[in-house]
Parts: sequence; structure tokens; C-alpha cells
Amino acid sequence: MAHENDMDLKATELRLGLPGTSDRDILKSNNKRSSNEMDNSCSTAPKAQVVGWPPVRSYRKNVLQQQQKSSDSDMLGMYVKVSMDGAPYLRKIDIKVFKNYPDLLMAVENLFKCSMGVYSERDGYINGSEYAPTYEDKDGDWMLVGDVPWDMFVISCKRLRIMKGSEAKGLGRP
Amino acid sequence: MAQSFPEDVLEHVFSFLNHDRDRNAVSLVCKSWYDIERLSRRRIFIGNCYAVSPEIVIRRFPDVRAVELKGKPHFADFNLVPEGWGGYVYPWVVSMAGAYPWLEEIKLKRMVVTDENLELISKSFKNFTVLVLLSCEGFTTDGLAYIAANCRNLRELDLGESEVEDLSGHWLSHFPDNCTSLVSLNISCLGSEVSFSALERLVARCPNLKTLRLNRAVPLEKLPNLLCRAPQLVELGTGAYSAEIQSDIFSNLSEAFLGCKQLKGLSGFWDVVPAYLPAMYSVCSQITSLNLSYATAQNPDLVQFVSQCGNLQRLWVLDYIEDVGLEALAAACKDLQELRVFPSDPYDAEGNVTLTEQGLVAVSEGCPKLQSVLYFCRQMSNAALVAIARNRPNMIRFRLCIIEPRAPDYLTLEPLDAGFGAIVENCKELLRLSMSGLLTDRVFEYIGTHAKKLEMLSIAFAGDSDLGLHHVLSGCESLRKLEIRDCPFGDKALLANATKLETMRSLWMSSCSVSFGACKLLGQKMPRLNVEVINERGPPDSGPEDCPVEKLYVYRTIAGPRVDMPGFVWTMDERVSSRFSRATEGHGD
Repeated sequence: MAHENDMDLKATELRLGLPGTSDRDILKSNNKRSSNEMDNSCSTAPKAQVVGWPPVRSYRKNVLQQQQKSSDSDMLGMYVKVSMDGAPYLRKIDIKVFKNYPDLLMAVENLFKCSMGVYSERDGYINGSEYAPTYEDKDGDWMLVGDVPWDMFVISCKRLRIMKGSEAKGLGRP
Repeated sequence: MAQSFPEDVLEHVFSFLNHDRDRNAVSLVCKSWYDIERLSRRRIFIGNCYAVSPEIVIRRFPDVRAVELKGKPHFADFNLVPEGWGGYVYPWVVSMAGAYPWLEEIKLKRMVVTDENLELISKSFKNFTVLVLLSCEGFTTDGLAYIAANCRNLRELDLGESEVEDLSGHWLSHFPDNCTSLVSLNISCLGSEVSFSALERLVARCPNLKTLRLNRAVPLEKLPNLLCRAPQLVELGTGAYSAEIQSDIFSNLSEAFLGCKQLKGLSGFWDVVPAYLPAMYSVCSQITSLNLSYATAQNPDLVQFVSQCGNLQRLWVLDYIEDVGLEALAAACKDLQELRVFPSDPYDAEGNVTLTEQGLVAVSEGCPKLQSVLYFCRQMSNAALVAIARNRPNMIRFRLCIIEPRAPDYLTLEPLDAGFGAIVENCKELLRLSMSGLLTDRVFEYIGTHAKKLEMLSIAFAGDSDLGLHHVLSGCESLRKLEIRDCPFGDKALLANATKLETMRSLWMSSCSVSFGACKLLGQKMPRLNVEVINERGPPDSGPEDCPVEKLYVYRTIAGPRVDMPGFVWTMDERVSSRFSRATEGHGD
């Protein structure tokens, strides 16, 4: 290699190598050994097992892992109390696990073994609904579940109450 | 030579020199200047605690008031330095307890500190005011109780990102009722809950408190209690930034922030609930430093918040910001100087965020003052690096981590030599560089040729041969710290540039191709270097001489070989050859 001359090794006192070997041999043998090592360390193990790579400080790794764990275990959930008229006990559910109203209502129906029927914008809950789901919002008002977009509901719902049908009718949209 | 000025005049003149480099220069002028300077030096910075001994320091500088020490090499942050390696502050504290009764400040980085050390500190220095422990370990909250209880005039207690054994939060209650001196308190690394009422009272009675970084256990609902007792805060680290969504919590929080007219820095934000970010809108335009790197908020909440901070100078954030967020940042924050983007999921090869080289290019285009970058991403191109280099010739710190080792330019599949070459060629003031991706010896040729101001270089999975290392060691005139891992660099370049190593603070090489024989040779030939071999799998002489060592740490020192080395660290000095020599070898003298 032409650039070996740049290193001008013979001008320095420090050399490593058995007498009789040339620089070229050492250079080649160094590369050979190192490339084997590279292959061994990289080709078999998945990247995540390379120690210290990517270079993220252990402190930071630990914090992110803790946060991921806590989000898995629902510590960030939105638990609201659910009551049903006539039922002796309150329940609590995490409304954040649901993606839409039908999922939420199905879960509530299962929880209380009741049926609430189908939501209609004009008439509220019809068809087999002795009960209707209502909620108390941030302003303290009681609203019919389903009137506002789901995302807004999630943020503003403070508690749920499954009302007996007759009372609920009064909550329908005017 | 006649003395032109009386000593006390010279001492007064020297008192205007605060920077180490100036004081060091002055001390070389003549013997009397050396003496006057050394008697009047009050602040000492020791970048490598093993480069010098406490005795030597105390002998030269008898009246020091502030000491800053660094211990383990930087790669210790990434678990590359085995447990028990060293970096003990103990001998320093013991010596200084006797020699510097008026010591006021101790700042430590990557050192091992015990509760006994903390107790000794708290009882030895009557005027002790500042304790900063960055990335330290070895102590518990019991040690902190000594500091709280005994340091009457404590102004600053900063635990950085230390690993503290958290026995309880009770230590904070040890601050006496008459302690009113606190200016800065950073307990963000602690896990357990401190007594909130004790914290509240402490904050309330310290009128000069400017920096308060809470730990995760301090709930968001209680943050307003602290803020309204410390409206003069300049830097705030929140606790967990989450609570059930309730309008009264939100309004209390907004109102409290509204009162913080001096607030310039924000950090914390663990477990962030995005709905509460707008509570800080009133202070956003004041904020110059924002650390969201533990905040797992995503767009649009994240970018919406950051865009409110038009005067931002420093932003640390997770890659949830994505390219789109960085483009918004580039448009909104024209004063940005420092950007750090950390990976939310470093071990996921694919990544689930759209953060690419585009984001960094956008910021480099839009932010004319950008000079310091730390960027984790999954793809990079030479074109992007060239663009960044041309946009920002004022760059002084550039650290790029492409998550996949040896990843090539994703567009051309070529090495990234040209891109990094452009960085060093255009950014003539570059002080610090970390590289990643596919790199050949060519990039090191560029670095050796152009990076004349470079002081710190970090290399991983790069290069083809010793020539790469040779280019760096022979070309980078200002190099102080070089850290290398998993590169095919070996004996030749190291030995050919042995004298260069005396001009640097330290060299770290792990998983490279440096042989045990070369280490021995280096240690024998260079008595003012400590050449330390770290071999956890067994003594380095258990294999042939040409067997590569696992890890090598070389640093200049006037203190001689270490006396506190664990079993897996061997120092290569003149005595080594008798310990390790074998009948068959014919090297050396």
C-alpha cells in the first residue's frame, strides 16, 4: 500500500514484531484478526446485545423503561366511577382503554348485566333500553353518553351513571 | 531580575484571572510568579483524578476553596467500564479535610462516593457551600442526611444523574429550620418520596432559591404549592407531570406558572400527560432551556408545546418530536443553539417514529445559531451531512448516533466518509465529534487533515486499519480525549504516536486490536503514561503476546501507577516486564 510510507515507522524506535517480519505482515495479520473479531461480535448476536450500544446512558435507559412499564400497567388510566340506579355497589372502569362508544357501552352492559339499547341522536337510547348511560362532565352537568365526540367525552367525563329509563329521557337533546 | 511589582500587587492582578489556562500560563513566566500564583489559586479543575495525587495538589496549591474532579472515563456511561474499576473520591476527601479547612465547593463527575465520604465532607469544612455529584455512585440517602444536617451555609446540592441507593426520603427533613441559604437543589435522580411538607417549608424559607429540580415522586397537584412559594425560580424540574384530568388542578397549575416571571429553564416531565402541557403556556416565551428528554409525549401535543417557546436556546427531546416537529422547531426557534434528540426505543431496529436525517437538516437550515448537536436516528446520508456542514460552519459539538452500527448512506449505500469529511472541513471550530455509520480509513484522513481544533473524538465500529488511528493521532493537534470501541486499530499506530499520548488527557480503546505486547512496550517506554489493561476474562499474559487486550485506558499522569486497581486492571510499567516476562520472548531492551 502506497500510504504505508506515510507512517514512516522505521524512523521511530518503537516497533513491535518478531525479527524478520515485515510491516506488511503485521498490518495484514492485524486486519485479519480484527475482522474475525468483528464478525464474531456482530454477525451472530442481535444488535440489542452489543454492550453499550447505542450509547444511551444507563440512567436514561432505566427511566424510559420505568415509564414504559407504568404505561403498560395502566397507571396513566382514566378511572371513573360507574353507578347504576338500583345497584348496591359502585364500580370503576378505565375509560382510556376504550376507543369508541360502542366498546364502552358493551363493557358497561356486561358489568351491570343490563341492556341499554342503541344510541340515537334524536331520541337517546331506544329499543330495549330500560336504562340509559349518562355522565357528569367537568362543569358538573349530567349529559347523555354519546352526544359529544368520543375524544371530548374522554377528557370531560368525571363519572358515569346508568339511569333508569324514565329519568334519562329528560336528558335527550331538545 | 528586579521585581517590578510587589507581590500583593501581582496577586491582585492575578485575582482577575479565573480560567485555569490563564493561571497555568502565568505560573510559567518565572519562579516568583509561579509562587504568587500557586498561593493565590482558589479553584482547581482535575480532569482525571488519577493524573495527579492529592498530596501533589495540596503541596502546590495550599489554599484552595473549590475543587472539581472527574473519575471514570466517559465510556463508563455506557457500561463499558466494569464495576469496581476505581474513581474513588476517598483519598481526596481525607487529604483535603486536613489541608483545606476553608474548602467551599466540591464538584465530582463519575466518581465513587460513599456515605462516610459525605459525612466527612459535612463535618470537615465549616464554610461548605456547594456539592455537585454528577453521574456518581456509591452513596445512599443516609449520606445526604449528613450534608443536609451539618452544612450550615449550603447553597447548592446537585445530585445530577447519580445512582443513589434510596433508603428513604427522610434525609431532606434534616435541613435545619434555620437553613435559608439554598440557591440550587437538584434531587431529580432520587426515587423515594421526600416529606412534602419539609420540602415546602424548605423552599419557602430560602428566598434565593433559583434552581429546583424535583424528583418523580413529587405529584403534579402539589407543584403549585412549591411554585407560589418560590416565584423567583429560574430553573424548574417538575416531578411526575401527570394527574387525573381535573379542571381545578389545571387552573391551579396555570396560575402558579403565571407567577413565575423569572423562569427560564424547564425539565422533568416524567409520565407526562399532554393535557397538562398548556398549563405552562404563560411561561413558554420566557423559556430558553427545555429538557423534555424524559417526556413521552407525542405529536401534535409535543410540537405544539415546543413551538410556543420562541426564545428557546437549548432543547433536549425524545425522537417523538419527529421530522415534522423539528421542521416546526426550525421555523419557531431562531435562537436555538443546542439540540439533543434521544431515542425513545433504542433497541428497536425499525423504530416507530418518523425521525430521519431530514429533521436535523431542517434545524441546521432554520437555526443560524445552532452549534451543538446530539442526534440519534436510524438513517443518514452523505448529502444530508454535507448540507448540515455547509449550513452550520459555526458548529462546535457534533455527535451523531446512527442506531445500526456500520450503517451506510441509505441512499447510495456508500460509507459516510464524505459526509463527516464535510463536517470537519467546514466546521473549523469543531471541538467535539462523535461518529457512527459505515466509515473507512478515509474519514480519519479528513479528520487528521482538517479537525485542528478538535479536542474530543468518539469512534465506534469504524475504520479499516491502523492508518485510521494514525491519521487522528498525527493530525489532530488539539486532541485531548480519544475514545474508541470496536475498531480494527492496533499496535502500529499506537506505538508510532506514543509521544502524542502525553499531550492528551486520555485514550480509551476497547474491543480493538491492540496486543498485550504493545501495551507492555508502551508502558515501558512512556513512564509518564499510565497504560492500564482491563481484562475481565483473565490475566493478559495468559495468552500469547500478540493477543489483543479487551480494553485499554492510557492517560498521562504525574502520580505514577494507581494503587487502587481491582483484579481485572493491570498497569504496564517498567516493573511489568519482570512480572509478565517469559523466557521465550525477545522484545524490549
